[in-house]
Amino acid sequence: MKAGNAFKAFKNQTAGDILFDIFNYLILILFTLSILYPLYFIIIASFSDPVAINNGKVLFKPMGFNTLGYQRIFENTKIWNAYGNTIFYTVVGTLINVSLTMMIAYPLSRGNFFARNAILFFVMFTMYFKGGMIPTFLWMHQLNVYNTRFVMLLLPAINVFNLIIAMNFIRNNIPEELYEAASLDGYSHIRYFLNIVLPLSQTIMIVLILYYGVAHWNEFMNGLIYLRDEKYYPLQLVLRAILLQMQASGLGDVDSIIEQQKAAELIKYGVIIVSTLPVLVVYPFLQKHFTKFALGGAVKG
Amino acid sequence: MKPKKPDVVKPALITRTKKALRRDYQLLLLCAIPLAYFVIVHYIPMYGVQIAFKDFKASKGIWESQWVGLKWFRRFFSSSQFWPVIRNTLGLSFLQILLGFPVPILLAILLNQVRNQRFRKFVQSVVYSPHFISIVVLAGMLYIFLSPRNGFVNTVIKFFGGQPIFFLGEAKYFKITFVLSGIWQHAGWSAIIYIAALAGISPDLYEAAEVDGANKWQRVWHIDLPGILPTIVMMLILEMGKVMNLGFQKAYLMQNAQNLAASEIISTYIYKVGLINAQYSYSTAINLFNNVVNIILLVSMNALSRRITQNSLW
Repeated sequence: MKAGNAFKAFKNQTAGDILFDIFNYLILILFTLSILYPLYFIIIASFSDPVAINNGKVLFKPMGFNTLGYQRIFENTKIWNAYGNTIFYTVVGTLINVSLTMMIAYPLSRGNFFARNAILFFVMFTMYFKGGMIPTFLWMHQLNVYNTRFVMLLLPAINVFNLIIAMNFIRNNIPEELYEAASLDGYSHIRYFLNIVLPLSQTIMIVLILYYGVAHWNEFMNGLIYLRDEKYYPLQLVLRAILLQMQASGLGDVDSIIEQQKAAELIKYGVIIVSTLPVLVVYPFLQKHFTKFALGGAVKG
Repeated sequence: MKPKKPDVVKPALITRTKKALRRDYQLLLLCAIPLAYFVIVHYIPMYGVQIAFKDFKASKGIWESQWVGLKWFRRFFSSSQFWPVIRNTLGLSFLQILLGFPVPILLAILLNQVRNQRFRKFVQSVVYSPHFISIVVLAGMLYIFLSPRNGFVNTVIKFFGGQPIFFLGEAKYFKITFVLSGIWQHAGWSAIIYIAALAGISPDLYEAAEVDGANKWQRVWHIDLPGILPTIVMMLILEMGKVMNLGFQKAYLMQNAQNLAASEIISTYIYKVGLINAQYSYSTAINLFNNVVNIILLVSMNALSRRITQNSLW
C-alpha cells in the first residue's frame, strides 16, 4: 500500500513539479538560514577575539576563543540587578495577568450572563480608544506609582487580546452540560470556576503564561516612560544602554571607538545571548502551544 | 401605533433583572477586580484627554486649567513637523504593506507544499522564533549586522565590489531597513493565519486536480490562492486600517540624529513633545488626533471587510 502510494506520488511528478520543489526548498532554506545564521553568529562572536570580529574573520566558528565578554557581564551589577528586576516583573506580573484574565474570561464565556455584552463592550472599547501617553502618565503620577515597581505590574495587568483567547477557549472547550451537572450538585459559580473551569483550562493557561511572560520579559516602553531610578530598570532598558546608546553616541568617529570598545563589543554579543536565552530555551518546547492560539483574537467575542 | 403597556413590562423587567442578578451575582464578583483594572488604567486617563483642549498647568490640575479650544490642533496642523511626521508614518506603513504583506502568504503556500513533515516542522519552528526576540535586541542586532565597518551585510556588499552603506546612519535607507527587518522578524508568525486557512481547503480539490493532471504551480494558482483569498483580502483591509497606527518602540529604538528626517513618526513625535519637552497639552492633542484618525480608518476598513469578505473584527 505504502509503496504503491510512493510510486504514485513519484509517477505524478512532472518536470514542473520538480522545478517547483527545488524552488520551494531553496527559498525556505534561505529564509531559515537568514534567521539561524545571525543568531549563530552572535553566539560565536560572543566567544571570539574582538579584533577578529572587526576584521570580519569570525564567520563560522569562534576565533581566539575567550570568555572576556561574559566575565564582564557577570561582574556587572547593573546587568544583574536589571535581570533580577525583569525576573520579578515577569513572574509576579504573569501571575497577576493569568489570575485576572481567567477571572474575567470565565464570566464573559457564559452566554447567558446578563451583563456579558455590556462588559465585553466596555473591555473591547479600550482596544481602540485610549487616554494616550500623557493623560496616563499624569494619572500614574497622581496615583503616586510613578517610578515604582508596582507600575510595571499594574499597567499591563490584562491584555484584551489574551482575554478574548481565554474566553473563547472556555466557551468552546468546557461543555455547558458540565455546568448544569455541577449546579445540580449545588456548585456556585465561584466554586465551579475554581474546581472545574480552572483545572480544565490548563492548556489555555499555559498559553497565557507564555504570551504574558514573553511580553514582560521584552517590556521596554513602560520602563522608559515610568521609571526614573536605575534600580528599578528592567533588563531591556539596560540592554538598550549597552546596545544602542553607546553606538549612537559614537557615530561618525569610527577609529577612536574601535579602541575604546574592544571589550564593549564582546559585552554586546554576550548580553544579547544572556537576555534572549531564557525565551529561546523555553520556545522549542512550547512552540506548539504558542502557535495554536495565535489566531484566537481573530474570532469574534 | 402599538399601545404601550408600561405597567406590565416594567415589573417584568425588574423581576427578570433581579432573578438574573441572583443567578449571576458571583459572575459579577469575579469580574470586579478585572473591571477595576480597566477603570483605573484605561478609563480614568480618558478623562485626562480634555487637556488636548486646555492649556494644562500642573499647578492647576486637569480640571482647573484654561480652555483654549483647538489651539493645539491648529498648531500641529500648521507646524513644520506636521507633514514630515505624517509622511514618514504613512510611507513606512505603505512600504510595509507593499513589501511585507505578500511574504507571509508566500511562506504559507510554500510550507503547505512541503511533503516532508520533519523539514516543515523545523522550518516553521525557526521562522516563528524571531517574533519573540525583544525589539531592543532586534535594534541592537541591526546595528551589529549593518555596521558599515564590519557588519555582515556590508561585508557581502564589499565582497561583490560595492561601497559599504551605513543603513542606520542615513535617512534614505531607514524605511527599507525598518521594513525588511520587520519581515525578518514577523513574516513567519504572520504566516500562521494563512497556514490555518490553507489547512481548511478541502483535500477533494487537490485529488481532483491531481486526477486532472494539474502540476504544483497550477494547484497553487488555482486551488491554494483562491482558497485563501478571503483571508488575504480581510488581512489586507485590516492592515490598511492600521496605516496611521505605527508602533512607537521600534522606530524610537532605530532612531538617531542622522536618520531623524525619515524616522520621526507620529508616535515618536508624541513622546518627544510630551515627555521630553513636557508640552503635555500639545502632545495629548496630537495623540487624540491620531487616535481619532485610527478609529475612523479602522471602522471604515472593518465595514469594507465585512462587505467584501463577510469577515470583520466585530
